[in-house]
Amino acid sequence: MVVQEEMRMNPGHADNSTEKGIIVEGLNAWYGSLQALRNISLAILSKRVTAIIGPSGCGKSTFIRCLNRMHEVVPGARVQGKVLLAGEDIYAQGVDPVRVRRKVGMVFQRPNPFPTMSVFDNVAAGLKLNGLRRLGQMSDAVEQALRQAALWDEVKDKLKQNGTALSGGQQQRLCIARALAVQPEVLLMDEPCSALDPVATSRIEDLIRELKERYIIVIVTHNMQQAGRVSDMTAFFLMSNDRAGEIIEYDETRQMFTNPKDERTEAYITGRFG
Amino acid sequence: MTDRQVYLRRRTTNYLMVGLCGLATLVAVSFLLLVVGYTLIKGIAFLNLDFITQTARPLGEPGGGMRHEIIGTLVLVTLASAVGIPVGLLAGAYLSEFGGGRTGTVVRLVADVLTGVPSVVVGIFVYVLVVRPMGTFSALAGGVALAIIMLPVVARTTEEMMKLVPATCREAALALGIPRWRMIVSVVMPGAIVGIVTGSMLAVARIAGETAPLIFTALGNRFGFAGLDQPIAAMPLQIWRYAVSAYDTWHQQAWAASFLLVMLVFLISLLVRWITAKRYG
Amino acid sequence: MARVPGTSDVQAPVWWWRARFRRPASPGDWVFQTVVLLAALSLVGLLAAMALYLLDVAWPAITQFGPGFLTGSIWDPVQEVFGALPAVYGTLLTSAIAMLVAVPVSLGVAIFLAELAPRWLRAPASFLVEMLAAIPSVVLGLWGLFVMVPVIRDPLEQWLGSSLGFLPIFQGPPFGIGFLAGGLILVIMALPIITAVARDSLRAVPASQREAMLALGATRWEAISHAVLPYARSGIVAAAILGLGRALGETMAVTMVIGNGYQVTARLFAPGNTMASKIATEFNEASGDLYIGSLVELALVLFAVTLIVNILGRLLVRWTVANAGAGGR
Repeated sequence: MVVQEEMRMNPGHADNSTEKGIIVEGLNAWYGSLQALRNISLAILSKRVTAIIGPSGCGKSTFIRCLNRMHEVVPGARVQGKVLLAGEDIYAQGVDPVRVRRKVGMVFQRPNPFPTMSVFDNVAAGLKLNGLRRLGQMSDAVEQALRQAALWDEVKDKLKQNGTALSGGQQQRLCIARALAVQPEVLLMDEPCSALDPVATSRIEDLIRELKERYIIVIVTHNMQQAGRVSDMTAFFLMSNDRAGEIIEYDETRQMFTNPKDERTEAYITGRFG
Repeated sequence: MTDRQVYLRRRTTNYLMVGLCGLATLVAVSFLLLVVGYTLIKGIAFLNLDFITQTARPLGEPGGGMRHEIIGTLVLVTLASAVGIPVGLLAGAYLSEFGGGRTGTVVRLVADVLTGVPSVVVGIFVYVLVVRPMGTFSALAGGVALAIIMLPVVARTTEEMMKLVPATCREAALALGIPRWRMIVSVVMPGAIVGIVTGSMLAVARIAGETAPLIFTALGNRFGFAGLDQPIAAMPLQIWRYAVSAYDTWHQQAWAASFLLVMLVFLISLLVRWITAKRYG
Repeated sequence: MARVPGTSDVQAPVWWWRARFRRPASPGDWVFQTVVLLAALSLVGLLAAMALYLLDVAWPAITQFGPGFLTGSIWDPVQEVFGALPAVYGTLLTSAIAMLVAVPVSLGVAIFLAELAPRWLRAPASFLVEMLAAIPSVVLGLWGLFVMVPVIRDPLEQWLGSSLGFLPIFQGPPFGIGFLAGGLILVIMALPIITAVARDSLRAVPASQREAMLALGATRWEAISHAVLPYARSGIVAAAILGLGRALGETMAVTMVIGNGYQVTARLFAPGNTMASKIATEFNEASGDLYIGSLVELALVLFAVTLIVNILGRLLVRWTVANAGAGGR
């Protein structure tokens, strides 16, 4: 137990505390009276892509939604525990979720660009909220975000077109650009490729590998091959008997996939369930 | 503007707008309570058993009642429902079971539009259609006017309720070899009966309070029911006439009658809600 | 079971049956189909009959006055000169006042009910707002006459007259009854329908839109105003149009508080008439083909105007629902 705890809090045995991006301590989450997550603790490292895997219903989406305080948007939802971003607990008393969400961006399962806005306005949406008005600055920020999302070349002539006029994969990259435009520290991705075809998927996977240099990336995925391709660290979640999700194992991806420490992890990875 | 200033402005705007929306709701609900509450309080002060059993007293004398008008409203509503509900039912059945094509679309649009025709226009229409040829105002004309108002409402409600009956029910019936019309009448309609009944109840509640169409059709009658081909009294009509008069005693009667009307309408609405909630959990 | 892809469960039976049972299988079917078809067509017949009968009786006035009917301001039964402009003006003015107040308030209520209210409050509050629609017009008029009008006369019109009296709309003696009262009572009548349709449009916005905005760091209000409202805007416009249709055709409540004047004036405190109130007040006393014809022509104009507005509103609602996936364009 102690070894596993140590493993979770200090995977890869990183000594430098600034390398730790997000520290989750004793996170519990409920939907009303139903507990969805129990006592999750782990340290998510920066400059690494962390994948969250596990069978359906084990709380993966709930977990990452706790990282940007989106979980509490659902009526009746509740969170207990600590999530430390750059040393500060985002669930501390008096912390405004609005500010947290600026630092922790999110990309959703289905691409959801705003249909009443153009490509440009979609990317600029977050910027406008924060008071950025001058067109010049906005254009630069939009271009930069689209470049980071590897979408600039494809849409630079189509900036005024409606956001939904793009293909599925392009829309998802647009959503990524939109999230990146506000310059978050973290990018959360909830099964970002599940609605996309393989070609679009691989483009986004390439993108993720590029982005990890600048952002802490946490990706939820159903697809273990994807976890294997894209992530450096992997956390395996499982639903316990009372339907609360727990973290079973957290290790370097290579290590977990070749030599898992828990038999349940091994069972999942080898496809025996889930 | 500094980042912090922008943030504070955004937060203030948030609280302000959320507050305004809450205020708007409060205002809307307050108006309801104001109108209904005032009517109930004022009305109940002048409401007594005499009101229902007596007819109007001579001018200036307090007391008396609106027996003629109450009976008149009952007669008119019954007449209207006798036509409006069956025809509306059938029209709704058409829209639900056969209404997928162009005819159905047109009929549906017409029904929706008919619900929006001002009731005063319906009244004038029935005047031209019934009162003029008959040479007299009549309960019949009033009934027709109310039926016309009722008809599209019942039709659309019936359609929506019948559409909610799952296709599997229809299939099962047809698979047993039951002819289509039988299937509709014996399987689909009974399946939708709760919704159809509640929809009809709401339509009845609506026409019970209608005044404008009756001005030119039923006219009102101070001497009670004189036959279907004669003018007839009605509560909403008399409320209007009492209200715009200069006499306090008549105003009191108007409040008491309004109390009855509002209670009727509200009780029906609550009953419908309760039935629907029980049915669909 | 075989389901036509792309149609909802409620649509499937109709299309499927139509395709498979084009010819009625039994005589009972034929009778039934004919009967229900006739019932349905009676609705169309009713609408057509209305237009035709009204046109017929209004014909003497139409031929006598022509388009001048709508521009004339004199309404004199004795001289048999009938100009409808003040009535039309009254309808438009009271409806405009009503829309000016009702649309923002209804939108606020709709947003509250759809987005902001706690779960336990939504159903009861919605119910209460819907109950406003159930109040009979004459009862509202009674209340308006004895409760609202005195309050409008004093303090409302007093205050408006004294502090904003330099504006022509707030000049003139404060009677209480008049255009302003008419407009305000219409607010109560239009509010429930605008709220109901707008609330449904807001509810139809996919949650992912709101969430996407929130995830960018928007406040609750910003998520509503930047993501939800734009997405639902065509539904909201439809709601306003339907509310307008309601306001245009209202009769009893307005008749009882508008004061029976007959003038085209910017002064809101002045007594006036709407097309509906003019008809309600004078029809039973009218005699002679021209007088009656003129009143019926008023009814015809009212009929036409509400018809157009309601068709526009309904079509917009239908278009909005059909394009739900494309999202509020």
